[in-house]
Amino acid sequence: MREARFISGDQGWLAFKGMEGRAQMVATTPADSGAMPAESKPTPVAKSAPSIGARVLCQALVREGVDTLFGYPGGAVIPLYDVLPEFPEIHHVLVRHEQGAGHAADGYARVTGKVGVCLATSGPGATNLVTPIATAMLDSIPLVAITGQVGQHFIGSDAFQEIDITGITLPITKHNFLVRHAADIGPTIQKAFHLAKSGRPGPVLVDIPKDVLLASAELAPAEALDLVGYKPTYTPHRRQIRLAAEEIRNARKPLILAGHGILLSGAMEELKTLAEKAQIPVGLTLLGIGGIDQDHPLCLGMVGMHGFAHANRAIHETDLLIGVGMRFDDRVTGRVSDFAPNARVVHIDIDPAEIGKNIETTVPVVGDARQALALLNAELEDLRHDEWLESIAEWRRTPPYRPHTNDAVLQPQFVMERLHEAMQGSAIVVTDVGQHQMWAAQYFKCNKPNNWVTSGGLGTMGFGVPAALGAALARPDEEVWAIVGDGGVQMTLFEFATLVQEQANVNVVIINNGYLGMVRQWQQLFHDRNYSETFISQPDFQMLATAYGMAARTITSRDDVDEAIEWAREIVGPTLLNFVVEQEMNVYPMIPSGGSYGELIEKGE
Amino acid sequence: MTQRSHTLVVLVEDHPGVLNRVMSLFRQRGFNVNSVAVGHSETVGMSRMTFVIGGDDRMVEQVTKQLYKLLEVVKVTDVTGENLIQRELALVKVAATERTRADVMRLATDIYRARFVDATPDTLILEVTGPRDKIDSMLTMIRPYGIKEVARTGLVAMVRGTGSSRLTVVQDAVA
Repeated sequence: MREARFISGDQGWLAFKGMEGRAQMVATTPADSGAMPAESKPTPVAKSAPSIGARVLCQALVREGVDTLFGYPGGAVIPLYDVLPEFPEIHHVLVRHEQGAGHAADGYARVTGKVGVCLATSGPGATNLVTPIATAMLDSIPLVAITGQVGQHFIGSDAFQEIDITGITLPITKHNFLVRHAADIGPTIQKAFHLAKSGRPGPVLVDIPKDVLLASAELAPAEALDLVGYKPTYTPHRRQIRLAAEEIRNARKPLILAGHGILLSGAMEELKTLAEKAQIPVGLTLLGIGGIDQDHPLCLGMVGMHGFAHANRAIHETDLLIGVGMRFDDRVTGRVSDFAPNARVVHIDIDPAEIGKNIETTVPVVGDARQALALLNAELEDLRHDEWLESIAEWRRTPPYRPHTNDAVLQPQFVMERLHEAMQGSAIVVTDVGQHQMWAAQYFKCNKPNNWVTSGGLGTMGFGVPAALGAALARPDEEVWAIVGDGGVQMTLFEFATLVQEQANVNVVIINNGYLGMVRQWQQLFHDRNYSETFISQPDFQMLATAYGMAARTITSRDDVDEAIEWAREIVGPTLLNFVVEQEMNVYPMIPSGGSYGELIEKGE
Repeated sequence: MTQRSHTLVVLVEDHPGVLNRVMSLFRQRGFNVNSVAVGHSETVGMSRMTFVIGGDDRMVEQVTKQLYKLLEVVKVTDVTGENLIQRELALVKVAATERTRADVMRLATDIYRARFVDATPDTLILEVTGPRDKIDSMLTMIRPYGIKEVARTGLVAMVRGTGSSRLTVVQDAVA
């Protein structure tokens, strides 16, 4: 863990994070930022000192294995910050806005599979977490959000910085708690982590009034949880597995649609085995990217609105769709009545409410994707679907859309290609939301799990930079690329300060087309080019990033792309590459919203 | 699919805010609730909620599954079509003058087995229990006399004989 935060050469600004509340000032340059002073051991808390709720909270977090906490102080959580220096196990990351804390915790969770933890004060601190919590909810991310609350005697009086955050987050959390007694803090944190990561993961909010943080308490030993109303089904019903296997045996053109559940349950091997054993091609949802090596011959890449034409055609023609750990979102299905019109459906998901919600299912299988696929593999013999695979290969031979090459203007797709070429799937790729996100999904061939971080369900602009921060701190030895648009990055660019403060190894790539590109594309295609309010002005991103202490460059020519990428890779700490690209480039292929495969637009005019 | 009324009996842990969670779920997902009745159950710490909801079978299946995702929801039973006792209680304040009082009383007691729980020179308050259609029917008959106020509890339901919405059967996890 890094103890001191600091600086970059000329800026020469200092940072301070003392354990035990002692400010340390260290000035180094980015190049030697790896060499940090050895940590001094914190003074142990005297045994005789009466403990308080805030300390119990920290102890409970340590017990859950929390090593990183993304937070922002405020009145209601001062007691917590008061004791936090006693816990050097927890690296507190001071963000610049609570939304950044939430997305960073989300990014941390997505690249580790662990629970991400964020912390905010009451009132506005808590409401600033709403978007990240909703993002985590829609993408099934294990997140624990801790919020301070006004003292209990103030609750209900519209006190300063009082807000009913458990009420506000009711529909966007898997569950939430208002802790009323200090003695409940330990068990509540234990429950919150259990709920966040088990079953279908999701965000859990724990709201703790200030007087509870200050009340005397000791951490009680962890006890076995008995949640009467919460018993996720991991092991699927044998009969359903047999029925699913029978469907697969009878199918001539089976297709697997693999989603986020593959990654969440760690079913990568089982998925590969099923695909190879039964010779079934695999389409991926946006969040399923990484579930199988995208260079695998049976992997068709992304399906859906901006998925590959051959993958969507496979859905259109398949006679058996096997959805695994995915939820037939409208960005996957388009018009439901025309989706996979010839297919029977096997749907495997740990959340029974997803089965039958959007499309009718022939064989429902409720359970953990990994267990279900393992059982299915054991049940199935080797199968072949040569004819089916050959037809898909045939469709695939149609070269994917490449925009016309114009040397004068940089094409966003070209940037993506070069980035992918440079990284070869070895880096963690984080995106924001919009056109660049879809290009990244199309052009980066992710071949490892948990290396692809994107806001799928909620489509949260502003997600990219803070999520990359979280990813980089979770896996500090790896390369992290944040691919963002010039619109989305302006929503959370204050977190550049945090990137620098933490010397997070994040290369921010702005695909800068001067527009809110995805909306502009819809306006062009469906609203007669009425570019209403989608041209967006911008600061000089290079100067701005430099002002924050990041190394930054602007690239406008094809010839400079590779060199800039290499330059950024060699710098330790955050960098920014501002790629000024063609303004009116569209993402293709595209199935218009609510459309079907028959309406797929292969390429631009 | 056919639209019809479904009666769901939901056993929940008796925590603060649980009714709010359930109703928030109905609101969020656009489920149409016709009536709600909530009260303690036979088990300490558990409450039983009875919902009458309108919708097709697929929607009701979705309601049930979504309800199960709430931590406090322990059991959901769709008792529609079962051999069921269903009751609702209504208090009805009706205008009744010296001239009409006897008629109202005869009608309400003879046919609907209502009880009179209050009388003033101008009004009567009737208490009536029964299935919804019985109460609806009585209100129709009483309306010409001048209904001033109606308070209905919402339906509660119980399966006859050994059938039960108690927490004795293990939930079949397969959808």
